[in-house]
Amino acid sequence: MVPTSSRRPGASISPLRWLTRSSGSWLPPLLGTGGFLLLWQILSSAGVIALPAPSSLFTEERTRTLIFYPFYDRGGLDKGLFWQTMASLSRVAQGYTLAALVGIAVGITIGLKPTINRAFDPLFQFLRMVAPLAWVPIALVLFQNNQPAAIFVIFITAIWPILINTAEGVRQIPQDYRNVALVLQMSSRRFFTKVLIPSALPYIFTGLRISIGLAWLAIIAAEIVMPGTLGIGFFIWDAYQQNYVGEIVLGVIWIGAIGLVLDRLMAWLQTRISPGQ
Amino acid sequence: MSTLIQPAPMGAPASAAPPPGDAFLRFENVSKVYPTATGPYTVLDAIDMAVNQGEFMCVIGHSGCGKSTLLNMVSGFATPTEGQVILHGNRITKPGPDRMVVFQGYALLPWFTAYENVYLAVDSVKPDLPEREKKEITREHLAMVGLTEAAEKKILQLSGGMKQRVAIARALAIRPEVLILDEPFGALDAITKEELQEELLTIWNTQKCTVLMITHDIDEALFLADRLVMMTNGPAAKIGEIMDISFPRPRNREEIMEDPLYYDLRNQALDFLYSRFAHDDTAD
Repeated sequence: MVPTSSRRPGASISPLRWLTRSSGSWLPPLLGTGGFLLLWQILSSAGVIALPAPSSLFTEERTRTLIFYPFYDRGGLDKGLFWQTMASLSRVAQGYTLAALVGIAVGITIGLKPTINRAFDPLFQFLRMVAPLAWVPIALVLFQNNQPAAIFVIFITAIWPILINTAEGVRQIPQDYRNVALVLQMSSRRFFTKVLIPSALPYIFTGLRISIGLAWLAIIAAEIVMPGTLGIGFFIWDAYQQNYVGEIVLGVIWIGAIGLVLDRLMAWLQTRISPGQ
Repeated sequence: MSTLIQPAPMGAPASAAPPPGDAFLRFENVSKVYPTATGPYTVLDAIDMAVNQGEFMCVIGHSGCGKSTLLNMVSGFATPTEGQVILHGNRITKPGPDRMVVFQGYALLPWFTAYENVYLAVDSVKPDLPEREKKEITREHLAMVGLTEAAEKKILQLSGGMKQRVAIARALAIRPEVLILDEPFGALDAITKEELQEELLTIWNTQKCTVLMITHDIDEALFLADRLVMMTNGPAAKIGEIMDISFPRPRNREEIMEDPLYYDLRNQALDFLYSRFAHDDTAD
């Protein structure tokens, strides 16, 4: 544990002293990340790995443009990473919203009705094990059209954690709360809004948070089925086809960063909506 | 263990019980049997009891004697395997707001404030009342348990005693005919417990609903109850004895504790629980 200072809280500390004192929290991640990049740089320069070195992302013309001009738009697919990301995010938003709506509705149903749960649980357990990439050909056959197929792949990847967590949340409603509803003879509608949803909300949010990560992960799989469309997934695929390895590395870093932001956003939303339950 | 009912030295219980045919609440030959892997397990065996309207009844007995099961058959959360429980001439089959329960773990909804918990009950049971009246009932019952100040606090911010006050306010706000309390003060410290016992009595004096309350505490029963039901040990528990507690009301704790009758009754209950029906721990 970091020893706490004897100063009163709120007492002003110079920025330098603050940095020194809190070094325990920022130093290890900085050293870890820096060490990793350094190792990568050395291995690339020495020719041990075929990937371009991190420094080349800034020295190479193509990637430097992409880094410094995320908003450029030369028409067609030749757009900055911001526009690529927005296109992907809007696809993720559509598939994810659909997954949230269906997942929560079905989750509540199977959480309330053990018989329906028993009927479908084996199927759900089986389907959630199918990887996003394996859904791609099925989606293409099913929809015959790239756009709905991509959204379907995100939907089917993201739905399971939402569905399973919602069902668990409904099953975990304390018997005491159910008894209160019974003795007061609450209407189903009242039970739903006053007891079921608030009680299951932390579980639903856990599902939603896991799923936003999965939905974003599925974007590559979803966009590979859509050659010739704007999106970060196809951007990487296209770079691979044309052997721009630096662009692939940049795209992957970009995807990781966006995923992290999405996850933190959901975590923040979770603390805002169901604090301390 | 013998389940022989011995004549009570203090006042015959039979005289206090109403004629069984037209009592307000009555248990008629009620048995509860649970099927288990090793065969049927009888929790309660052939219970016959009558409760008057407005009476305060406490139920005492060792754990596992089926006290909760007995009261659950009044609230409707359990149904008798044999016999029936009759309220107002109607057989009890399911839970309803005329038999409100103060649950052992308070069972308050933590995402609501104290006020919202009480209001939700009033609004669920009497949806057709004018809004103003529902709010008035809610405020009035929170005031009865001294929670006017804390009404807007979330349940998580309340102490155990305050939570129990909210639970009592919620139960009484819907004006039940029977109030069922399952060891309501068991988890509270001695001072809070005494305060709440007194508040419960005060409110009961104004509303005069019928109260059925499980307790482990003989002194609590002697202070609160009109009659104390003492149960024999399970399995196949029966009513061993029903003791009349005839202290005049309103009761004052100091006064009744000075009454020699208090110690006679206390000894009688202790003798029942710890000599005649001592809990055999080795049997479990």
